[in-house]
Amino acid sequence: MEKELRLMKGNEAIAEAAIRAGADGYFSYPITPQSEILEYLMEANPFERTGMVVLQAESEIAAINMVYGGAGCGKKVMTSSSSPGISLKQEGISYIAGAELPCLIVNVARGGPGLGTIQPAQSDYFQSVKGGGHGDYHLIVLAPASVQEMADFVELGFDLAFKYRNPVLILSDGAIGQMMEKVYLKPQKQRSTELLEWATTGKGKREERNIITSLDLDPDGQEDFNHRLQAKYAEIQKNEVRYEEFQCDDADYLLVAYGTSARVCQKSVQIAREHGIKAGLLRPITLFPFPSVRIKELGERVKGILSVEMSCGQMVEDVMLAVGCKVPVKHFGRMGGIVTTPDEVVEQLKTIFSGGK
Amino acid sequence: MEGNKMKVVTGLKEIIKPENLAYHRSEVLVDNTLSYCPGCGHGTVHRILAELIEELGLQEKTIGVSPVGCSVLLYHYLDVDIQQAAHGRAPAVATAIKRLLPDRFVFTYQGDGDLAAIGTSETIHACNRGENILIIFVNNGIYGMTGGQMAPTTIPGMKSSTSPLGRDVRTMGNHLKMTDIVATLDGTYFVTRQSVHTPANVRRTKKAMRKAIEYQKLNRGTCFIEIVSNCPSGWKMTPVESNKWMEANMFPYYPLGDLKVPAEEKEKQQKSNNND
Repeated sequence: MEKELRLMKGNEAIAEAAIRAGADGYFSYPITPQSEILEYLMEANPFERTGMVVLQAESEIAAINMVYGGAGCGKKVMTSSSSPGISLKQEGISYIAGAELPCLIVNVARGGPGLGTIQPAQSDYFQSVKGGGHGDYHLIVLAPASVQEMADFVELGFDLAFKYRNPVLILSDGAIGQMMEKVYLKPQKQRSTELLEWATTGKGKREERNIITSLDLDPDGQEDFNHRLQAKYAEIQKNEVRYEEFQCDDADYLLVAYGTSARVCQKSVQIAREHGIKAGLLRPITLFPFPSVRIKELGERVKGILSVEMSCGQMVEDVMLAVGCKVPVKHFGRMGGIVTTPDEVVEQLKTIFSGGK
Repeated sequence: MEGNKMKVVTGLKEIIKPENLAYHRSEVLVDNTLSYCPGCGHGTVHRILAELIEELGLQEKTIGVSPVGCSVLLYHYLDVDIQQAAHGRAPAVATAIKRLLPDRFVFTYQGDGDLAAIGTSETIHACNRGENILIIFVNNGIYGMTGGQMAPTTIPGMKSSTSPLGRDVRTMGNHLKMTDIVATLDGTYFVTRQSVHTPANVRRTKKAMRKAIEYQKLNRGTCFIEIVSNCPSGWKMTPVESNKWMEANMFPYYPLGDLKVPAEEKEKQQKSNNND
């Protein structure tokens, strides 16, 4: 299949991109606002096209454990869900991180806590970047801001997952999952038939059996393992920071926003500049690793930073950690499934940083 | 003394010849000290499984899944590729392994706390989908590893550390017969309940497990073997007492025998009965 231009929902783009990226398996359980991923894949029936397995599991818990099993075989496997379902998966995600398995998890987030709402939100930031399950671990977290990035980050996600043997999370939200945009789809990649040396694929002619586990009862061994994990995260922080800047060069005020909020803030920058406020936008593309170094640099040049999220203020803590106390850092965000408007952000810029005309 | 010793050794050498050997340790068993308590049935079940993997030439193609419980360290003892799974989740893990590598022999090895409590959903749904895997279910009516707490399989009146006065079904619920439940599901192909407390039962279990492993090649659905077993430490009995207690008390609730036999097998049995 050749490169192709299509008009698609973000959720559909993820599904089609997964087939084209040569994914081996997708396991999930329906939940709004991301069920189109499973529906699209069931209808596309990629087993006929590429041999990709698609299975509707009995629960989020089963789905993430299917991902564990497939990832343990060295296969390109993924799951998707939305906030309450991602909470259910946290045990499995911790096991996957602990067993150092590569996989892709998609969260098309909605408002919470609890059953919350089916409308978009960005209130799963802490859960995504600080390790939502038990133990000291991190996911690599990618935050798409367009349908195009929903598609592109599937392959990027798998590449990073296998490069570091670490679970990768695409943290999207209901707005990007549901909206339609044009998207360039890459040509079909062949599924890999390679048996990875560390994976449980049957012992074959190997000298040693392969074991996938996160268990080490020996405290010294467990501590050593944790040091090794932390070294891996440090390596990821060194190599994989991704972000995008929009009119930051001469900015007096910096907006920091990801995903849907970044789309809104891009417009806010334009409006602010029309009002004579020199605003700029830094959009983190990776939330872990976080672009702290760049935010620190920009923090030394600007008069104030406004972190804009559809939450009550989660990423703002990482922005504050990045800049220290050198410049005022404030948060603005709507909650409960309400998407911030560009004008609201400009109003906040004016109100919070008085004198910012 | 010296002469006697020599004599004994010479005598043994005469006896230890390949043609005289009735038993050897399976190559699939790793030479690690078992973490199981003396008299526990797990070691025997491991041995049977290892022997069958060796006898059927499956060592290169086997992938096992052991979740949390006494057998969590199964990978220390079996020389095959193994995934250690989260508590109760082995059937889901094994589902993906088998779907992605359909020509491998895939099994789970689960205790009753794991399979019948926290993993009830994964077990029932894997069986209901007819995942082409073997589920080995060792039922000793108790949580062994965590120190003998009540399990869903704990029989009425049975004492455990969380039912010290005996299981009162009015407040603690009834014993759960998972094997009976999965036998009713269309997805299961062969369901049987066995034990390993006597040489005859070991042979029967091995025969059943051999069938189950061979059935996996047919791709007809889930094979499920319950092994009713003892837990001398958890039951606070000697191994001999625990086996007697198991016969007298567990078997009435968990009677041994096949619960679901493949239709082809039934026909074969009927034919041989008619011929008799």
